[in-house]
Amino acid sequence: MVLQIISNGILMGFIYALVAVGLTLTWGVMDITNFAHGEMLMVGMYTAFWMFELFSIDPLLSIPISTLVVFLLGVLLYKLVIKRVLGGSGLTALLATFGLSMFLKNLAQFLFSPNYRYINGAIVTDKKIVLGNVILGLPQVVAAVGSIIMTLIIIYFINKTKTGKAIQATALNRDTALLMGIDTDKIFAITFGVSGACVGAAGALMSSFFPIYPQSGGLYSIIAFVIVAMGGLGNIKGALYAGLIIGLTEALGGFFLGTQFKYALVFLIYLIVIQVRPKGLFGW
Amino acid sequence: MVKNIRSLIILIVAIAILPLIFKSDSFHNVLVLLLIFATLGEAWNIITGFAGQTSFGHAAFFGIGAYASSVLFYRFNISPWIGMFVGAIFAAGVAAIISYPCFRLKDSYFAIATLAVAEIIKQLFVSWDFVEGATGISLPIVDDSLWHMQFNSSKLPYLYLALGLFAIVIFICNFIENSKIGFYLKAIRESHEVAESIGINTTNYKTYAMVISAALSAFAGTLYAQYILYIDPFMLFTLDMSIKIVLLTVLGGIGNIYGPIIGAAILIPLSETTRIVLGGTGSGIDLMIFGVLVILVACFQPKGIIGLVQKIVNNIKKQKVGEGKVETNS
Amino acid sequence: MKPILNIDNITMKFGSLVANENVSFTIHDNEIVSLIGPNGAGKTTLFNCITGFYKPFSGKVTYMDKDITGWTSYDVCKLGITRTFQIVKTLKEMTVEENIMTGAFLHTKKRIESQKIAEEVMELTDLTRKKNIKGGSLTIVDKKRVEIARALATRPKILMLDECMAGLNQTEIKDVMNLCLKLKDSGLSLLIVEHIMEAIMPISDNIVVLNAGKKIAEGPPEEIVDNDEVIKAYLGDKYHAKSKKH
Repeated sequence: MVLQIISNGILMGFIYALVAVGLTLTWGVMDITNFAHGEMLMVGMYTAFWMFELFSIDPLLSIPISTLVVFLLGVLLYKLVIKRVLGGSGLTALLATFGLSMFLKNLAQFLFSPNYRYINGAIVTDKKIVLGNVILGLPQVVAAVGSIIMTLIIIYFINKTKTGKAIQATALNRDTALLMGIDTDKIFAITFGVSGACVGAAGALMSSFFPIYPQSGGLYSIIAFVIVAMGGLGNIKGALYAGLIIGLTEALGGFFLGTQFKYALVFLIYLIVIQVRPKGLFGW
Repeated sequence: MVKNIRSLIILIVAIAILPLIFKSDSFHNVLVLLLIFATLGEAWNIITGFAGQTSFGHAAFFGIGAYASSVLFYRFNISPWIGMFVGAIFAAGVAAIISYPCFRLKDSYFAIATLAVAEIIKQLFVSWDFVEGATGISLPIVDDSLWHMQFNSSKLPYLYLALGLFAIVIFICNFIENSKIGFYLKAIRESHEVAESIGINTTNYKTYAMVISAALSAFAGTLYAQYILYIDPFMLFTLDMSIKIVLLTVLGGIGNIYGPIIGAAILIPLSETTRIVLGGTGSGIDLMIFGVLVILVACFQPKGIIGLVQKIVNNIKKQKVGEGKVETNS
Repeated sequence: MKPILNIDNITMKFGSLVANENVSFTIHDNEIVSLIGPNGAGKTTLFNCITGFYKPFSGKVTYMDKDITGWTSYDVCKLGITRTFQIVKTLKEMTVEENIMTGAFLHTKKRIESQKIAEEVMELTDLTRKKNIKGGSLTIVDKKRVEIARALATRPKILMLDECMAGLNQTEIKDVMNLCLKLKDSGLSLLIVEHIMEAIMPISDNIVVLNAGKKIAEGPPEEIVDNDEVIKAYLGDKYHAKSKKH
């Protein structure tokens, strides 16, 4: 039974990690606390939903579409809003992203109504994988595997590609990067886009087993904040490990203490970890 | 400082006269909420505006204040006036306890820690039967009485209570800003290292700021509960509530004692009117417009409304100086 | 003269890097001591060890017979030792007067008294005319002045200045030199880290030379300028050999 709980926790942990990787990018590189991150996830989920409803495209197949849609949304939000608040204090940026969050959430409510929606009859729906005593839902397994792949792609992109290295340089020192001939404005736009791509993919992966509604991103963004801070701002590896820790904490806490306490435990774990490592697990 | 006190008194008298001119209930309602949230903003301003430590968890102190008085009245029929102080003591206690571990953290790590604390407190209240858990508490309706802090026939008593509280809090903030503790908090905000080098025990001063801020937020919480007469964890302890406090202060002008009242004077009527005019259908269009307005302020007026006012005042001053020069030249 | 600050065998390590190794010297009452040495010699690290920003790995700092090793920086300041920073840290959103008042609040709770102290200090440091300018909009010279003034306002017994003359022109350096002498006359002791020899030599009573974390010489200025070790540290062995031939 415990093994079952741990497995579920790990699967969820990988999904959390992907959402957090997106958030840690903008937070670490641009020093923007993006309160609209959860709403970008929600856009990803709705994209998958409408692809399925209107064109019968399975969520699995619409991953590239929703990734692209939210990538473009990220770039657009950067160009329209984030760009203007970059130089100011962190709280101004917070004000802007909070405004964005409100706008997107209520736009979704206006367009799609506040009702819960589900994707029924996707390829993975209701299928299970049995490994001895452990039964895993196929949607969760697929989502976890998808999250791992997407996270690896992001790690490859950041560490191996020229753009990725430019992003790292910009994160270390914006002014020096500019002097070195890096177009920081373009880098920021791409970073915001990639951050969106992460939740775009995560949204499609989650859409087959989570209800889709305007507020569906909110909870994940709070959890993602905790994961990012726990892993160390801007640290992708940190986000991955912290994501797993949070996933496990949530699953085990829900099992042993009751579901009403699982999130309290998640936040408590953050407070404990951060006492030992005040700049996150991998912070420096 | 004397000049400040004079303008504060003018401000408070002006607000006191307003409801006597505009007598509609909905106006009074907006004014009560506005004053409660301005009070919260003032309280938050102490720890974040003055001391520079971003708290995303002030909903917790607000909620503790609301719950303390409500539970005492609901369970033991104890006057909310007593509950108000019990709440403030509890909130101050929680603030003191979390201060030491949280103030070891810097910037975003601190902000997320305050958010985590508020979320934990919310979970505790949700699953705590003695305070009716997730169902929340409906306060028993009693006859209008100052002792029970309930007035069902008119909103005016609430309004003047809220104004009284706001006045006390803004005077406290003004006092803090102009005294040793205010200077020290601002030094901590500007540079931790400088503060320590000139003899400031930063942890202690940040803790004082947090404790004062928490107690004042709790006072506002009690008043809010008595006004709404119903509380539950989901309306009090949410991140949205914490952010609303942040939002109105940043909107008005952070670190300035007039910031929260200006911010609240824009935000609260705006959200109430958009809700009444456009809302009710659940279409979300009211909050959409609201979101856009918030974005516009962040993009084009990052120092808040007070920044805009200061810019205009400076320009006028400059023009006057310029004119003076022209005269002497001729 | 009676000794007031005693640095006894201070060693500071960062991992395997030794920044200070067994450094010892004494500051006496009413004396200007200068700490010189090439870049990376460990001068600022020593400053941080004395003022509690670092806890030294080993050794002892004694102030008037009180062991203050590893004290917090604010307690060190309350005792009477205040330092400035090499990279100036002006409180940007506060005016010059407010910057200095913040320091002055150390010994008083009253705003009026702190304002009075600030006025005296501003007079001394030639900042009175600029008292209403925000810290962030000052020129670098004035920022350095505010840095010194804010430290002075805490009424220290020992003032520690970390490269407060770097980047100033000749007249401005003269001003700071005069200020240092004036402070000495008023009864303070000063510990100065500085690169500009022309400024340091005339005003110092005693000079301590650090190189690669170790103390290589100590003595009055006239002795230090002739010291072989010091010339070697500053100019390198090759030049040293040349200078010997003459």
